[in-house]
Order: sequence, then structure tokens, then C-alpha cells
Amino acid sequence: MLDRRDFLRSGALGAAGFMLAPYIAFAQAETDRRFVFVILRGAADGLAIVAPTGDPEFTGVRRDFARHSEGGMRLGDFFTLHPALAEIGQLYGTDEALFAHAVASAYRERSHFDGQNVLETAASAPYGLRDGWMNRFVGQLSGRQAEAIALSSTMPMVLRGSAEASSYAPSRMPDPEIGLLRRVSMLYEDDPMLHADWAQAQETQELAEDIDGTGRGETALGELAARFLSDPDGTRIAAIELRGWDTHANQRGRLDRRLGALDGMIGALRTGLGTIWRDTLVIVATEFGRTAAPNGTGGTDHGTASAAMLLGGAVSGGRVLADWPGLRQPDLQDGRDLRPTMSMDRLFAGALAEHFALDLELVLQSVFPAAGAARLDGRLIRA
Amino acid sequence: MTRSVIAHNRFGLGARSDDGRINDPQRWLRQQLSAYDPVPALLDTVPSRRTVVDELADFYVRRRNGFGRGQGGNRGEQEPTSTDMDGETVDPRTTARRSFNRQGRQHYAAMVDARARIALTSRAPFAERLVHFWANHFAVSANGAALVRLAGLLEFEAVRPHVMGRFRDMLLAVERHPAMLLFLNQARSIGPNSPFGRRVGRRRNRRPGLNENLAREIMELHTLGVDGGYSQADVTELARAMTGWTVAGLARGPVRRIFPTSATVGQFYFAQQLHEPGPRTLLGRHYSAGGEAQAVAILEDLSAHPSTARHLATKLARHFAGDTPPDALVDRLATTYRGTEGDLPSLYRVLIDAPECWVDEPVKFKTPWEWIISGFRALGSREFDRRINGVLRQLGQPVWTPGSPAGFDDIAASWSGASALTSRVELAQRIADRSRDRIDARQLAPRLFGDMLSDRTARTIASAESAGQGLALLLVSPEFLRR
Repeated sequence: MLDRRDFLRSGALGAAGFMLAPYIAFAQAETDRRFVFVILRGAADGLAIVAPTGDPEFTGVRRDFARHSEGGMRLGDFFTLHPALAEIGQLYGTDEALFAHAVASAYRERSHFDGQNVLETAASAPYGLRDGWMNRFVGQLSGRQAEAIALSSTMPMVLRGSAEASSYAPSRMPDPEIGLLRRVSMLYEDDPMLHADWAQAQETQELAEDIDGTGRGETALGELAARFLSDPDGTRIAAIELRGWDTHANQRGRLDRRLGALDGMIGALRTGLGTIWRDTLVIVATEFGRTAAPNGTGGTDHGTASAAMLLGGAVSGGRVLADWPGLRQPDLQDGRDLRPTMSMDRLFAGALAEHFALDLELVLQSVFPAAGAARLDGRLIRA
Repeated sequence: MTRSVIAHNRFGLGARSDDGRINDPQRWLRQQLSAYDPVPALLDTVPSRRTVVDELADFYVRRRNGFGRGQGGNRGEQEPTSTDMDGETVDPRTTARRSFNRQGRQHYAAMVDARARIALTSRAPFAERLVHFWANHFAVSANGAALVRLAGLLEFEAVRPHVMGRFRDMLLAVERHPAMLLFLNQARSIGPNSPFGRRVGRRRNRRPGLNENLAREIMELHTLGVDGGYSQADVTELARAMTGWTVAGLARGPVRRIFPTSATVGQFYFAQQLHEPGPRTLLGRHYSAGGEAQAVAILEDLSAHPSTARHLATKLARHFAGDTPPDALVDRLATTYRGTEGDLPSLYRVLIDAPECWVDEPVKFKTPWEWIISGFRALGSREFDRRINGVLRQLGQPVWTPGSPAGFDDIAASWSGASALTSRVELAQRIADRSRDRIDARQLAPRLFGDMLSDRTARTIASAESAGQGLALLLVSPEFLRR
């Protein structure tokens, strides 16, 4: 009998085995859809990422920050993409990037921790739901299509819940001896929590042995994600966390570097996925935005609405989706933040329903109960 | 026996291999409240505040002056002064920056080492656990040139002295500490109507101003809690009241020129010329105009607020009675806090007396720090391997570096999971291999866990292929991963 470990080994006999039987290996993989959710933890500044340079108030409100979008790609005659986002700008040029602006979750306060909880649970209030929306969504899928992973040392809230999901962080530590691993399995036999975690760890480890070989940084993370997602026995859905968006001071340099890293990761993901990219949807989102005006320390403080990105060959892109609320003082939320005019949950639900050909009502009910029923303009995913 | 095990593991930092059974666990814990040493001798080796702030101030000056070039120096004429290992010439600025960064990492490592050695050797491990608890409550993050040097000092200088005192005093000590003032940008916050704010504001398009980062986190994280009943307006008022709270010689940006030569570099400094003038109203209370005392009065009121009592009670109860803290215990702690004006030992006595903290089943999944420290204690180690902090980093909990002012999470969901468990198993093997010649896990396990040791764990350890493997299994056993 062939056990799972042997099967993985033989499946990865190397390029030779791969090339000889491509149809067998990829038969299922070809039809699966890929979905990656990228969480920008720390409240990324939507007004810097997709700058509304056509708004007559823009320069007045942003003061010297208005210059930060110089050299960025024009998105129609109203918005300008941040200049650090070269790869993502190319995707816009090939209609594979859609930006949604003035979006927000149901959360209207300004705590990172509560805001991230709402972003990840899609509840109407912090801690209102105990599982993450990706986990509930995975529960709607079946077979290989439902295989999900968090590329993280611990499971992020968005993937926690009753549906099965694994987590993986590239390890630089030596492999433990097989005898120890087998006995650890014995040790956890009577302990439901540790038993489940350990079973998952063993499975992920086996998969990773075949495809690991990663380096540091976001580009490596993009490559690693691409390998998990393109392996015939790999996962189809992935969550990635990027930190460092809380730019209270020195926003210009920090955002340049963080956006450059995000851009590199997306580029590596696209390259690594090859032809699978056309079946891929990547959503990039953050817990809330930042104040419209800069603060006194070259940064911005916690705000409300921000921008989100839908990227991938599956996306019906090349546009900015926004019911623009304006930047005049009375237009701003609490007189200081970009006012939300689009439900983030509704955006996610729409994109996922189209991408996975699921009934929108079903996705709304079972995954995004706080999304509301607003209509979105046009298709988000190519028909 | 069970209560002795609980006292060591849940309240303390884990039994040491040479610890015996405790006859009266509650008395043992109570005694630690008076035996606690705020300044143990192990702190003598830690770099002093003076050393690290002088280094920082000196570096900032040298960097502004272009590292060794005269003020009028010309960059183009600068000769490279050193070569690296490959014989390539190296810009002297790069060399200076590298050595400065290396120095910072060494200071940080020395502080981590001191903290760990205190935890490994302390005879008052319950008190030391409380030090770690409060340092995490007032979390900063050891990233960047300043914080890598100062993060540890916040714990040593502002937390340790007040762990057996009143919360109010700890709060004031923390909010005035340079680590906190720099970490949350308070040191550069400027009252828009302050003398300095008006002067700079006239000159530039870039309006200098308030930074509300510290004010928000004081209310959200340090005192009232996120649901504590404050508004954005309250945050802004506190931010205004706190303008002027800065650090002499280390504040960056336009503020850096205001300090008189008499101010001691690296010390808290109240700068009247940054302070937003006028009275403040916050949470319905009025605070009359007046420099430094205005924010002190507000912080004192925040520390006495019922929401603060509840917030701190909930966190303490979660730490000792489980991820979902029992309401009755939270109520008792909050009531005691209000009745004693925030006397912390009174809260600890409530915990020691609480049946909720003595339930037989483990109530907590250990964080990586708790797990490593209890592992080293169990193996009788008194030294801390400096590489271990790298491992803590991989496990997601490098000392003093939570990456967020909320500190590290105190719930199982944040630390359990497949990849976290894999890392612990891999690491257990490495730790165990160093002690395998000294310790027999089959004898150690019953000493540590008594009648709480499960048959399965005892049998699995006994079946180990080697002494090292037996120890590794002990370290990752369900008993050892929880407390």
C-alpha cells in the first residue's frame, strides 16, 4: 500500500516525472480556482496607495503628502497609484487589477486589534463572531478546492474556525528525528487539541519537504505561496499577513518600503503561478484607513475608510470602483477620515461568489452576515 | 501534591529540577510578595541608561554631521577609510552605522540575558511572572536604534520598582519613561498653539502638531480598555494635555533643538514651549491649565477609573484562571482594585485565594516565553543561551518585541496550531540533547507533575529511544505545554 508520504515523494520524483505525465498531475489542478487573501496589518493609508489626485481638495487636505504620489501610474483621470507599485500598475494595464476605494468593514472605531478582528471575522462588531470569514468560506467548498493554508507561524483569525486549515512558516531549524515524531503522535493521542494540531503539522510538513527552499522576505513569501497553490497536491486558498502599515511617523519612507515589498510579493506570486494566474484572485485589504490630513510627525493617525485591491488573471480589472465621498471637511467621517461608501464585506462576497461561481445570497448569509445588500457596479471577476 | 504543582506551574515559572514539594502552596506564594527583589544583583551587568542614551545621542549628532567630516566638509572629497572582508572599500558612514547597530543588538542581548537569568534562578517566581505580565501590559517593541536599547530598561526601571506597589505609580513611571515616550511618538508631539508650534507653523507649510498615538494607547491599552467608555475627543484632549512630555536630547524632528544644556540627555523632560495651553475637559472632568501637572492629574484619574479596574481585573484573571476569565473572579479583583486605590499586592492576594485559579485541569497554554523558561528551569539550567532569543523570534515571541503596543496575546489560540507545535518539537529536541547526560526524564516527570502526570505521558517517555528523546518528549508533553 502506498501511504501519503510515499505518494508525495513519487509525485515529486522531479522534473522528469512531472513532464512525463502532466495531464494526470494537473487534471484537477487545472480546474481549481485559486484565492489569496493578503492582510495588511496596522491600517494602510488608502489615500496614499490609490491617491484621489483629481479631487480638488486633495492638495489642500494632504498638504506636503500630496507630492508622495508624484511619478505614480494614472488610473483614469481621478486616481493615481502609489509609485512603489510597479508590478501592480502593470496588472492594471492588462485589466488584471481592480481597486476599490472608500471601503471599510462594519467597524467604525479606531483600535487596530478590534478593527482586525472585524476585518477577519466579518462580524458587525468586534468579537461578535468566533470564527474567521475565510474559514466559513472554506466550509462552503469541498475536495481539493477547500484546502487552505496560512503562511504564518500561527493561525490568523481569518482562518480560524471549524473548517480544516493549516498553517506553515518556513523553518530554518533542522528536521527532528523520525522516532521522536512518531512518539509525539502517541503522546497526543488523548488530547483532542494537540492531536489535531499535530496531525495537521505532519501533513503540512510532508508537503513542504517537497516544495520548500525559500529565502527571506516578501518575495520569498510570494514564491512559497505560488508553490503551495500550484502543487497538484497543494492548497488552493492561502492567507498571508504583512505587517508594518501603522505609519504614525515618517510615512513616506516606510510606505515606500512596505508597498515595494507588497509589490514584489505579488510579482513573485504571479511569476510562480504561471498559467494558473488566470484562475487566481488575490484580495489585499487592511482593517481601516488613516486620517485624511497628515499629523505633526510626518505620518497619519488611525482613520476609517481605506482602499482594497482585487488582483489576478481572473479579475475584471482596469478600473477603480468607488462611490467617491469627497474630501471637503463636511464630507469627512468625524471631520477627519475618508468616509466609507462601500462595504468591504460586500466587496469580498461579490468577488468570491463570482470567482467560485457560488450563489451570492448564500455567500452573504453564510460567510458575510454583516455585509448589507448594496449592489456593486459591474462584474468583479471575468465571466 | 496537585496544589504544589499548580503553585509552581500556573503561578510560578515552572518547577526547577531541584525544587521540592511545597507544603503550604498559598503561603509560599504570599511570602513571595514580600521576598520579591526589585533590583536583583543580576541587573548589575546590564548596560546602564547613561551608557545607552549617550551612545544614542552621540550617534544622532555624528549622523547629522556626516560621521567625522567637519561641518563644512564636502562629501565629494571624502576618502574611504576602511575596507571590508572582501577588500572592498566601505563608506565610513556605513561602517559607523553597522557598528552602532551591532552595539545596540549587544545591549539588547545583555538585557534579555539578565531577564532570563533572573527568571531561571529566582526564588520568587510568582513575583517574576507578575513582572513579565506588567511589562507586557505596557508593551513597547525593541525595534530600531533607540528602542532596541531602551525596551529592556522600561521593564527594569519603570515596571520592576512598582510591581509590589500601586498601579498609579507604575503608570506614571511608564508613561514618563523614554522607551514609551519614543515608542509611541509622544516625544515629538507638539501643541499646535504652543509657543513652539506657532513659531514653526508660521515658517512651514508642514504644520507641526499633535501625535495622539500614546494618548490613545494609554486609554485603550494601559488604563480604561477599548470598551472603557472614552471617545475620540477624549483621546485628543489627553494628547493635548501630554504635549511637552518628551525626552531630553533624544526627541527627533524639529523638537530636537529645544533642550537646554542643563537637561540630562535621555531623561524625561517637560518642555513648556511644546505644551498646548489652556484647560482640558476629558471624560466629563475639567482640568485647569498648567504644565506637566495637567496630564499627571488626568493619568491619576484614569488609573482610578472603574473601567481601568475592570480592564486590569480581566487581564489578571485571564492570566491565572483561563482564556475566558470567570466573571466572579473579575468582579472580586475589580472591587478590590477600587477599594484599595489600585494596590497591586491586594490583587495578587485575591488571585492566591481564588478557587478559580486552583482548578485541577490546566487553564492556560504556555506562551513560547513561558514554555522556554519553564523548560530551562525543569532542566536545572541557570544560564540562558543567547541563541534562544532567536528561537523565541521564530516562535513568534522575541523578548520585548511584540511589534504592537498591545503586547503579546494571552490566549491559547495565538500560540497553538500546527506550525507552532512543530517548532516546539524541533526545539525541544535541541534543548534536550544538551541535558541528556545529566537528567533522566522518567524520574523528572513525576517530580514535576506528581499525580497530574498522565499514564500516557509516563509510558511514552519510558518508551523513548534515548535519554535525549525522553527529555524532548517531556518538554512537549500535554502537561508541559500547559499550566
